[in-house]
Amino acid sequence: MLPTLGGRIQTRLVLLAVVGGIVTLIIGPLLPISAPLSVVYQDTFLILAAVAVLGVGWEILYHFLMQWRWEKDWPTLFGLVTAIPEGVLVWLLLRAGAIPGIKGTVPTPAFVIDFAVVWLAVWLVANGPMRVPFIRWRFHGGRLV
Amino acid sequence: MHESEQQVIDQPTAGSKAAQARTEPETLRRHTPAGSEAVAAAGQGAAPGSGDLTDELLRSDQWTDEMLHAAGIPVTDVPLVSVGGGIGSFVTVDYLRIAGVTTDRIAILSNLDFPWQTYEYLTRVSQIPKPERIRSDSASRPDNIWGFPSYALAEAIGDRTLAPLWQVLIEPIFADYYTPKAGRVFAGLERETKRIDYPKMLVKGQVRMIRKRRGGGYFIILTPMVGSTPTKRLAYRAEFIHLAIGYPGLKFLPELQEFRTAQQDFHHVVSAYEEHEHVYEAARTKHLVIMLRGGGIVASRVLQRLMDDRAKHGLSTEIVHLFRTYIASSHGPNAWNRRKGAHGFAYQGFNYPKSVWGGQLKARMRKLEGEDRGKAYKLMGGTNTPYRRRWQAQMKEGRQAGWYRTMAGTVGEMRLDEGMIVSCVQTQAGMVEVAADFVIDCTGLEADIAEHRVLADLLEHSGVDRNPLGRLDVERTFELRGAGSGPGVVYASGATTLGGYFPGVDTFLGLQVAAQEIADDLARRGFCRRIGTFRSIQQWLRWARNKQP
Repeated sequence: MLPTLGGRIQTRLVLLAVVGGIVTLIIGPLLPISAPLSVVYQDTFLILAAVAVLGVGWEILYHFLMQWRWEKDWPTLFGLVTAIPEGVLVWLLLRAGAIPGIKGTVPTPAFVIDFAVVWLAVWLVANGPMRVPFIRWRFHGGRLV
Repeated sequence: MHESEQQVIDQPTAGSKAAQARTEPETLRRHTPAGSEAVAAAGQGAAPGSGDLTDELLRSDQWTDEMLHAAGIPVTDVPLVSVGGGIGSFVTVDYLRIAGVTTDRIAILSNLDFPWQTYEYLTRVSQIPKPERIRSDSASRPDNIWGFPSYALAEAIGDRTLAPLWQVLIEPIFADYYTPKAGRVFAGLERETKRIDYPKMLVKGQVRMIRKRRGGGYFIILTPMVGSTPTKRLAYRAEFIHLAIGYPGLKFLPELQEFRTAQQDFHHVVSAYEEHEHVYEAARTKHLVIMLRGGGIVASRVLQRLMDDRAKHGLSTEIVHLFRTYIASSHGPNAWNRRKGAHGFAYQGFNYPKSVWGGQLKARMRKLEGEDRGKAYKLMGGTNTPYRRRWQAQMKEGRQAGWYRTMAGTVGEMRLDEGMIVSCVQTQAGMVEVAADFVIDCTGLEADIAEHRVLADLLEHSGVDRNPLGRLDVERTFELRGAGSGPGVVYASGATTLGGYFPGVDTFLGLQVAAQEIADDLARRGFCRRIGTFRSIQQWLRWARNKQP
């Protein structure tokens, strides 16, 4: 990807909201969590919101790191592997009870599946299909407005 | 008739006749620009009524309908004319067709039979035959305005392999950048050309000049193929013009040009951009020393061919590679602007740092004016070539075995000595004489835009100016500054606009960036619809099913 800082943040928020939201809705009932579906949705959507909010900070860091790259690009692989630090941070916050509104405990396997599937879906959409509905998006550094 | 025209010997296409027969409603005459008609000195013209350019037409900056009538030149109305007919015209017209413009509202004036004709020729002679990969990104698809599916995905599906996708995933850290095969690019262009009915819009001939029309819009003079029309010239009256004439011409290094002219030797001193297969053939028959000039992608390609042939046929070819600017290591003003380099080459994946095509460099350049823009171009510019692992291994082997040598310097004089071409190279250590059987110029110097007849005429008669790099000065919308004529606009894209607010103009993706800006500007002016989200999805589905837009 060839993002600007504004484009990074806009793309993350929109993709997490739309793609992340749909994927979370679909996989909610399939996650290994022994709790009513309403609780599962509450927890998974709060996790999704946490990824979005924390992501603004992460994007600023990524933008800073990108300045060391001559091409000022963000290779495809980077967009995938950044899932690891981001996922770990959200998991730590979850364990520390720092994400407000979470009911009960989200089991680690359920968190890993939820986070990984949402991340993968967002990453895949950002690396191709996104260009179909938003034809100017890739030439505008990932900005949508 | 005093003027000499380059004769167009190609046969007319069926589409050209259809296009000439069009009778578009008058779209002009919105208002008459103020000011008197400037008159420039010109030579003798043809007689009135002859169907050729009269003295009055040759001299006048602005033409009237009556002047064309008096000259006997038939006029065809088409709202938008694209001049060039190469990939630049194709990409822009593709965009407009997808935006909903019908074929009868566009004419493409060109001496090319198909848009990738020149490109295919240049890639072939510069050692990128169809099975080889060009230097272009996976998502830079001139035949697909969305860049999806990318070339890598298409190749993965077509060839039933995950390798291209894996390469895109790990590039450029753990693998070279994925680049598409030339043959795949041409096949895609052919498919899209048919899908958008490109031949229907194509009119074959040589564009002679563009002049403003009194009352708004423009006249474009076309010299059709000999014998294809009753008159020597045809005129197109258009409200919008798109100029995509490509590289104005190729320039040799001065010392090479002098040598070629003095010795009348076009055999031993060749350009990599012209046919030079005889050099590789000669290398297969005897021991040769070949001197390469230049450090860009074409030098790498020629070098690869020489090294491949050496390995494949067990040859003893020696290569002396002369760099004018020798890059020994990473270079740049600070840690945030440092490009890799070694052994003479500056390394970069593509022609420009990637982010000029959409990221922060594109956003930054868009804001720069004049000298600041010129400096930014200088910083990111300079000859460069991609770092490819295979080339690195070949060159390393050559350096170790002594058959590949690099040197830095400039050539003052060249002479023939016992059948060898001796170049006197001024190096830091002093003058060194290098004798070679052949010299291949891979520098790819480009001629000034005024070398192109249409552009020279435009510079002289329309009021257009040059940008900080001396090319055509365009707005952010690719509108040619100074060329406005009433409601009429001239747009330009491609190599002739290098130096503008967008750097990567002479690339596939750059042409698409320009096409998008032009199409959006035309939409603002009411020529077509702006492609929105719904239309984009709908049109992509039509593309995927190979249905007409």
